[in-house]
Amino acid sequence: MEAWVDISILGLMALTAIAIVMLRNLLAVVMLSGIYSLLAASIFVVMDAVDVAFTEAAVGAGISTMLFIGTLALTTRIEKKPAHTPVLPLIVVIITGAVLIFGTLDVAVYGDPLAPAMQDVAPYYLENTKKHAGIPNVVTAVLASYRGYDTLGEVVVIFTAGIGVILLLGSWRRGLPKIAPHKDDKA
Amino acid sequence: MFAAAAVAIIVAMGLALIRAFIGPTLYDRILAVNMFGTKTVLIIAVLGFLMGRPDFLDIALVYALINFIGVIALLKYFKYGNLAIGPGEENDTNGSTGGDKS
Repeated sequence: MEAWVDISILGLMALTAIAIVMLRNLLAVVMLSGIYSLLAASIFVVMDAVDVAFTEAAVGAGISTMLFIGTLALTTRIEKKPAHTPVLPLIVVIITGAVLIFGTLDVAVYGDPLAPAMQDVAPYYLENTKKHAGIPNVVTAVLASYRGYDTLGEVVVIFTAGIGVILLLGSWRRGLPKIAPHKDDKA
Repeated sequence: MFAAAAVAIIVAMGLALIRAFIGPTLYDRILAVNMFGTKTVLIIAVLGFLMGRPDFLDIALVYALINFIGVIALLKYFKYGNLAIGPGEENDTNGSTGGDKS
């Protein structure tokens, strides 16, 4: 049953990606990329990576949709036809995809307890989290206690990025001329 | 029971996706995106019960909030053509740009 759900959601993701490539209406592309993020987040939930799913939904479907819309408000809404033929990009994409698929042949089976990633420090964390940090959630203990300085650095980076976005999209832009709505809006 | 619900929700997701692909107007697409987000919330809730993890319901609630914010941003863009303008400032903006639109 779970495999069936996986295949269905991945199929919907593939359809969405093809539609994103085909469409020239950039606003529709933004909405479809939001849908794509929601589907990816669903896959993460199925794979029990709930924290990653939270991040994917908040960043992919929430913030980046809004940033894309803010960009479209300042630029144009219809993508121009590319001047070059799509043959060379297609070859590059096929080669890259083939290399990535070749790489997955060496990846450990999903959930395999004998995988190398499970053999290194994971048993140490699993055994000592209760003793060192005193909380039941091992992922939280690793992020906030064992790798606390690392997480602090990440927070600084995200805070800096937030300041940059506020400066770019902030209220000082209000004096700029308003962009007239597109004719499609009245449909 | 839950499996049948999951099948029905995935079929509904596919239908919403078709509307998002072909939707002639942008409002069809907004409606499709909103419905798709709702279906994502439902599928996560159903999967939680299907996999024996009812605590997934909390995640479904957060998804509902994110979906709401995204749709509000889209609609605000349609109404004002800009994300940095709120309802109270509409008159002010029209005055500063000299009423350049209908």
